[in-house]
Amino acid sequence: MVQLDFGVVLERWPELAWGTLGTIWLALAGMTLALVIGIAGVAVLRGKSRIGHAIVRTFVEVIRNTPFLVQIFFIFFALPLAGIRLNPTATAILALGLNGGAYAVEIIRGGVDAIPQGQTEAGLALGLRPSEVFRFIIIKPALRSIYPSLVSQFIMLTLTTSIATSISAYELTSVAQRIDGDTFRTFEVYFTITVIYLGISWLMMLMFAAIARRAFAYPTR
Amino acid sequence: MAGTDDILIRMEQVEKYYGEFHALRNVNLHVRRGEKIVLCGPSGSGKSTLIRCINHLEPIRSGRIVVDGTELTDNPQAIDTIRREVGMVFQQFNLFPHMTVLENCMLAPMRVRKVSRADAEATARKFLDRVRIGNQAEKYPAQLSGGQQQRVAIARALCMEPIAMLFDEPTSALDPEMVKEVLDTMIGLANDGMTMICVTHEMGFARQVADRVIFMADGQIVEENEPEAFFRNPRHERTRAFLGEILAHH
Amino acid sequence: MIGPQELAFLGQGLMWTLALTAIGFTGGILFGFLVALARVSPIRWISALAAGWIALFQGTPLLMQLFVVYFGLPLLGLAPPAWGAVAVALTAHASAFLGEIWRGAIQAVPKGQSEAAHALGLDYRARMRDVILPQAMRLSLPATIGFLVQLLKGTSLAAIVGFIELTRAGQIVSNQTFRPLLVFGIVGLVYFALCWPLSLWGRRIESRLAAATAR
Repeated sequence: MVQLDFGVVLERWPELAWGTLGTIWLALAGMTLALVIGIAGVAVLRGKSRIGHAIVRTFVEVIRNTPFLVQIFFIFFALPLAGIRLNPTATAILALGLNGGAYAVEIIRGGVDAIPQGQTEAGLALGLRPSEVFRFIIIKPALRSIYPSLVSQFIMLTLTTSIATSISAYELTSVAQRIDGDTFRTFEVYFTITVIYLGISWLMMLMFAAIARRAFAYPTR
Repeated sequence: MAGTDDILIRMEQVEKYYGEFHALRNVNLHVRRGEKIVLCGPSGSGKSTLIRCINHLEPIRSGRIVVDGTELTDNPQAIDTIRREVGMVFQQFNLFPHMTVLENCMLAPMRVRKVSRADAEATARKFLDRVRIGNQAEKYPAQLSGGQQQRVAIARALCMEPIAMLFDEPTSALDPEMVKEVLDTMIGLANDGMTMICVTHEMGFARQVADRVIFMADGQIVEENEPEAFFRNPRHERTRAFLGEILAHH
Repeated sequence: MIGPQELAFLGQGLMWTLALTAIGFTGGILFGFLVALARVSPIRWISALAAGWIALFQGTPLLMQLFVVYFGLPLLGLAPPAWGAVAVALTAHASAFLGEIWRGAIQAVPKGQSEAAHALGLDYRARMRDVILPQAMRLSLPATIGFLVQLLKGTSLAAIVGFIELTRAGQIVSNQTFRPLLVFGIVGLVYFALCWPLSLWGRRIESRLAAATAR
């Protein structure tokens, strides 16, 4: 039996703390982008543009049926060729946002489809444009109805940030790899950050519950 | 674009299809300013479809619809103009669940008429008071009874200061004890001179406020008359059958 | 350039991707079944234990699960080959996710079914085996297929611990040929060709189920 030594890992706590913040930042920025892409994608799917539909459908299918690791590599190498220079962290946020966005499109669309047609008609009858109906009337109740699914997807996105280590974005797993390289306490390092990830997931759950209490406080039957 | 015409709503030779189904057949209807019309008929007769065509919730196949001098075409501007000027009340109320009663009433004036928040709120409170629900302004729809919700829906439409109101079976989804409060609100509105087209089976209401009662079947206007004559001696067999049916149930 | 040699290398990686998926999924079905049964067990501590197992795997990154198992097994004195360690991690991961999917399906079977089985005098085993589980299996099929797609994509993370499956093979070829977009494009396409039909199949079953329950 090997002796475990968590001491050398835990004394690197400032780096672990910064890495934790890096992970949370990647997750929050990625979720925000994913939400924007999700809502925009659903708006396009509600529109009349055939080409728009085809683009969104293809995007969703391609993202959902390929691994995130391949996606992030592809984006990492594709951006410079397109003349776009982003640091690894920004690249990771973009990749996380695109990936989460594809899932968000599917989830939010389910919510929007579940809103009764009468809501749209009432908005139109009052003189609102279809885009205004979507923005002011449909989207909030739709988000409320699929909130639990969206939250699990966003927790998944939070955990997916660990893969950003593959392009050396600054987050917890890359910090762990550095500590591992210095101390050779591989198991202890990864065990420690696994516990930290568990804490981050838990924190995110609390955050989403708090958001729900504020944003979706209105009563329903 | 206000017409000087005495006829506020004009439908001429309107044809409407749902796929193969012929929903409106050669509908001709002129509604004068301040006129109150009750539309009745068996389900599937096209009465709801008719009023939903007036504000283009349903597009028509052919024919003309002119509202206050604006011809309804596929032109978005014409549609916007007419929807701004014509209010609608639905069977299922269709209040927005995530907004308070007050916010429900302020949304369209602010977004469509570009009224300031303060003015929109003043208008909203005025009409909420008028439908006697001013003290519930801060509540959410789910906290109100069906009758209260429908009165809010009427106030919401009135906040746009419409020149005409369309009612699509406004009391059909209500518990019986709440029908009267909504009908009283509608009677008050009629007495104030609002132009109204009401799809309803409330024949008492028709007798009391309607200038004309129109009976539809199979997408056609079968018969129309002033209420007394309409109820006393209906000319068509189908009208008689329908009235017998409906009066037996009430 | 990407020649036959590189393609053969990618093909070998693909075989490992398929093998890892097959092992992880099979193991996941066996152990996930136990997790699901434990989760709905009337015995409190058993169901709590299963809940903890599920929460642990749903609350941590798959990559960490791979790392901890990969580097943890040797500490226990076990020295499995790399593919074995990865397979153990994927199996544990799949058992938690499939367990949770099937728990949901078991509880989605209408209560009346269980009550009717009770009334017929069936014992716990018979109620589960003959009444509840067959219906739950049907209900859970779309989600189970959805997870198979997740797992297939998830095997790519073995690349980060250095195991040469399809993605790692792609990385190596990319480094040799300096054609990352082409290589990852091909790799992505292969994953897509594997996952998309599964996704479509799952969706078809789902809409058929929805139509059946709507009736």
